[in-house]
Amino acid sequence: MKALTVHQGLVAPMDRANVDTDMIIPKQFLKSIKRSGFGPNLFDELRYLDVGEPGQDCSQRPLNPDFALNQARYQGASVLLARENFGCGSSREHAPWALEDFGFRAIIAPSYADIFYNNCFKNGLLPIVLSEAEVEQLFQALYAQPGFELTIDLQQQQVRLADGQVMPFSVDEFRRYCLLNGLDDIGLTLQDAELIREYEQQRAAQAPWFFGE
Amino acid sequence: MQTLYDKLWQQHVVKERDDGTALLYIDRHLLHEVTSPQAFEGLRLAGRKPWRISANLATPDHNVPTDTEERKSGIAGISDQISRIQVQTLNDNCEAFGITQFDMQDQRQGIVHVVGPEQGATLPGMTIVCGDSHTATHGAFAALAHGIGTSEVEHVLATQCLIQRKMKNMLVRVEGDLPLGVTAKDIVLHVIGVIGTAGGNGHAIEFAGSAIRSLSMEGRMTICNMAIEAGARVGLVAVDQTTIDYLQGRPFAPKQHWQQAVDYWRTLISDEGAQFDKVVEINAADIQPQVTWGTSPEMVVPVTAQVPTLAQAKSETQARDWQRAYQYMGLQPGQAISDIRLDRVFIGSCTNSRIEDLRQAAEVAKGKKVAASVKQAMVVPGSGLVKAQAEAEGLHQIFIEAGFEWREPGCSMCLAMNADRLGAGEHCASTSNRNFEGRQGFGGRTHLVSPAMAAAAAIAGHFVDLRSWEN
Ligand code: SF4
Repeated sequence: MKALTVHQGLVAPMDRANVDTDMIIPKQFLKSIKRSGFGPNLFDELRYLDVGEPGQDCSQRPLNPDFALNQARYQGASVLLARENFGCGSSREHAPWALEDFGFRAIIAPSYADIFYNNCFKNGLLPIVLSEAEVEQLFQALYAQPGFELTIDLQQQQVRLADGQVMPFSVDEFRRYCLLNGLDDIGLTLQDAELIREYEQQRAAQAPWFFGE
Repeated sequence: MQTLYDKLWQQHVVKERDDGTALLYIDRHLLHEVTSPQAFEGLRLAGRKPWRISANLATPDHNVPTDTEERKSGIAGISDQISRIQVQTLNDNCEAFGITQFDMQDQRQGIVHVVGPEQGATLPGMTIVCGDSHTATHGAFAALAHGIGTSEVEHVLATQCLIQRKMKNMLVRVEGDLPLGVTAKDIVLHVIGVIGTAGGNGHAIEFAGSAIRSLSMEGRMTICNMAIEAGARVGLVAVDQTTIDYLQGRPFAPKQHWQQAVDYWRTLISDEGAQFDKVVEINAADIQPQVTWGTSPEMVVPVTAQVPTLAQAKSETQARDWQRAYQYMGLQPGQAISDIRLDRVFIGSCTNSRIEDLRQAAEVAKGKKVAASVKQAMVVPGSGLVKAQAEAEGLHQIFIEAGFEWREPGCSMCLAMNADRLGAGEHCASTSNRNFEGRQGFGGRTHLVSPAMAAAAAIAGHFVDLRSWEN
């Protein structure tokens, strides 16, 4: 997993509420058995004018000029600004994979669906929660100012604007630690293997049928 | 005093961590072909082994063909090459790691959330996870069940644990007798209409009250299944005699320790006076047969109603969402729901493909014909065993005579990963759980309903109120 400490990047808008994971990466792309390569199909139905199929050369497809990520001013964006309940719907981890593969390192929104929120951290993608008012302010600033960039500082848990304004955010200590260090949490859990075995023994004594009769 | 959720949580904590998360032990892990390949790959790359192989149970469901001909020659016969690779990969992984799989040719194969309970692999008091958000279904058995992502699938395979943060408690109490023609699906759609698709975010929802207790296990599963559409990862129903009766004699259910298990299961209820962070009270008598008109499950109204107008929107954001939904769905604000013409009808999915669902649909379809204007009406049983049971009862004959297609088990048109899908602009009455844009095919327009409502809509060619419908 890629570590994230301080990141400065161009911001792109996803200006609608309840963006679901089907929208982030449509189901036909879930047929892949790989973890990478989903970036070209991120927001496929919004981004292209034709119907996307896996294995296509996306550079040949007709783009929807109205979709923000297709506009020149947002090329190279690495921070996504979104509205409430981002990532709702299906639990597919392909959604953060697609966002990450496209080049996003952080998302800013007033709220997220739980599973999506969890999945982001496991893939080196930081979902930041700011208040509705702050998000609104960022949208205004973003629209007013081509080339709008933000600095995401996970160390200090701050979003910083170019004009010096600071928006603090909070993240679970454990998740922050893993993301700052690019750590795999399976390895961390296995450090507690002894405890897991103890739990199993205890449980098997109380409820043996859980472990097969 | 504890809620049911508090008890389930507490009983599975292996370790509390300083940051407020906990290492939670997982009793049952269900796997399917779509969200597992990358997890097995990760396991291999790291040189790790599954922690407890017997905790895992796998079956392919999302992209298996439901066409009887295509199914005949097994995996090699799957015409979509990418689907074939996924199903084959699940096979290979299960074989390599020694995990029990009900493969495509096994009569026990089916949608993973139908198969688990049907086999008794879903038991009260268990923690159950699966790389699929509708894992909430299993909460109908007072099991703590929720969907996980693929990295978590790998984590569970390797450690039999998950790192979790405790959720809040929410109670949805539905009291009273259900009006005639109103089913579990209508209850849950109504609840989502009331609390919204974010209403349960961060909460485990326990469904309680006399209307819930009066439901069969099938009905309770339908309700818990859609907890996720209400924003909650977990839906729960307390154990009662209905739960216990359902489980007795199932292949994976305890036998030698049956009585001991039952005694324990009976403790899996919320204590009198337990505190919930949020309580929603619903009067069963207020619930009518529901139809979604838009592109989110919360865009739902009674079948007798109209597509809402912008004046009814609660906020500017909602008004914008509705405007987009009118356009996508090709509907006018104020248009009567009963005026919506249907192109296809889908009866199936982990929400409504169990035997009781098929019985309800068959009862409506009996002796009738699917309207000529409907291009396709299909019934897709949730598992091979549901299919066999339905055939033993002659339900398939009723469907076939009425003009429905009778298919092989799988997710099918619920998410259109296989060949079963909507064309652009087509309206579909569907018993599934999501009406998102493109969910059932690019440009497809989904209306979520109960099985009986879907069957009636197939026959009438448009939505009808079952309660006053004469055909
Ligand atoms: S039936 Fe639909 S919702 Fe259920 S597991 Fe399959 S795809 Fe998911």
